[in-house]
Amino acid sequence: MLTDDLRGMFYIALKDLKAYYFKPPNISWGILFPFAFILAFAIRNPGDLRALVPGLLALTILFGTSSMEAIVIVFERRIGSLERLMLAPVRLPALLAGKLLGGMTFGLTVTLVVLVVSLAIFGTTGTNWLILFLALLLSAMAFSALGAFVSVAVREIFEAQTLANFVRFPMMFLGGVFVPLTSMPTWLQSIARLLPLTYSVEALRIALTGGAWTTAALDLGALTTFSVVLFVLAVYTLARHAE
Amino acid sequence: MTEAIQVEGLTKTYPTSKDRPPLRAVDGVDFSVHAGEVFGFLGPNGAGKTTTIRMLTGLTRPTAGRASLLGLDLAGDLPRIKKRIGVVPEASNLYDELTAFDNLVFAMQLYGVPRPERKPRAEALLERFRLSEKRDAPFAKLSRGMKRALTIAAALAHHPPLVFLDEPTTGLDVMSARSLRQMIAGLRNEGVTVFLTTHYMEEAERLCDRIAILVKGRIVALDSVAQLKSQTQGAPVVEISLRDAAGQVQVRRVETPGGVDAAVRQALQQAEGYEILKIDTLQPSLEDVFVKLTGLSAEAMLAEKGGKGGGNANG
Repeated sequence: MLTDDLRGMFYIALKDLKAYYFKPPNISWGILFPFAFILAFAIRNPGDLRALVPGLLALTILFGTSSMEAIVIVFERRIGSLERLMLAPVRLPALLAGKLLGGMTFGLTVTLVVLVVSLAIFGTTGTNWLILFLALLLSAMAFSALGAFVSVAVREIFEAQTLANFVRFPMMFLGGVFVPLTSMPTWLQSIARLLPLTYSVEALRIALTGGAWTTAALDLGALTTFSVVLFVLAVYTLARHAE
Repeated sequence: MTEAIQVEGLTKTYPTSKDRPPLRAVDGVDFSVHAGEVFGFLGPNGAGKTTTIRMLTGLTRPTAGRASLLGLDLAGDLPRIKKRIGVVPEASNLYDELTAFDNLVFAMQLYGVPRPERKPRAEALLERFRLSEKRDAPFAKLSRGMKRALTIAAALAHHPPLVFLDEPTTGLDVMSARSLRQMIAGLRNEGVTVFLTTHYMEEAERLCDRIAILVKGRIVALDSVAQLKSQTQGAPVVEISLRDAAGQVQVRRVETPGGVDAAVRQALQQAEGYEILKIDTLQPSLEDVFVKLTGLSAEAMLAEKGGKGGGNANG
């Protein structure tokens, strides 16, 4: 049964990448959108551009993983092809994990492009590769799970897009991408601590510019927790909708 | 006789609003489907056909009752059952973005068909369903009939011994529907058990070995087509076509409880002074049986068909 689940997960991810993700508009949107935001911010506040790289990477993963992930399940449910997957010998958590794997793979691929460009410009000095790898992986997992949860929670594609933006845009401004958390009022910092993007940016900042190991470990732990909680919620919601 | 499906007391209820009792979509049905037969599951809209299929294929959990498919218990062996059944839902639901060939390969990947077998099997299915020319066309670009054929092909991709077909020809043009019916008949010849729901009585009559008629979640009749007709048949009806001296043609129907001979005798008495053009005994159709058992009027039957799309069973 586990072999069926793993195989199903792999091929569902592969199918999603082929059918939905690796299309020119997605790739260009996934890369250009975070660049445009960061560029606008950098032009207005030309300072230490390197300090913006963790935020740029975190935004790229957030939009790369969640943009399509947030609509792919609701879309497949609308056209009935999700039912096809549910009829296959693949258990529901594995089916959803396949969806997550597709979103993660796409998000990490576009982020890799941004990372290579950033490192080529700013150099690799002081980079902690292990934290960088884990932060990218766990961020992709958490944001993909967020996208999946949004997608199973609604019935229409426009609802999914609205809900995804309702969650992502406040997160973008509160998550420490443009403004460091420490410069925010305490109550706003408390809200920011409820958002996965905050931990993603913080972990990536430590990976690229240095910082306490313990803080990074807590960030990675928080991202893991977000991933698990959102994934379980998505599985539960999908199972309820299926009934 | 080996049973491909055995169902006992299968029930599905859905909660409704607070002041209403739960809706019993399927109400304690019992039936079995013999291995290798085409089993028709007929009923008006909302009778519980699709809910039954959803329960038997693991999409919805039964509220009560038990079922076994291919000797495996539905409650305990669902993953193993899923590997051995094929399902064609009412709507063709393959992936618009993938080609006909890729859709078949993906179906095989999901069901664990070994890699070396995938390509030749996909090519063979395309050939069999007359879709070879559309091998590299995206699913979205296929005609409705081709989409339906490819959806059936995808359900057969892993060689299932049991296939569920939910309204396979609904909405198809006459030629496509005819072609699909030939393919379904071909499945029986290969020993595949087919569980078929359809709105088209002629289709059921032509394809099915046995038929269950479902009304409001309950099976009201289950037998072979011939048996259903004979059980339902009332007094024999004889139809006689006559021509009078002025050349006017009349058609008269005679119905007596005394048997066919008595009816013919009575019809001939009425024919004195006329030229007899034709004399026929009328057999009830499956549609007559269906109408009698479900209590649907001819108008309601038409609305049922209209509501589900066009097409007929000619061919």
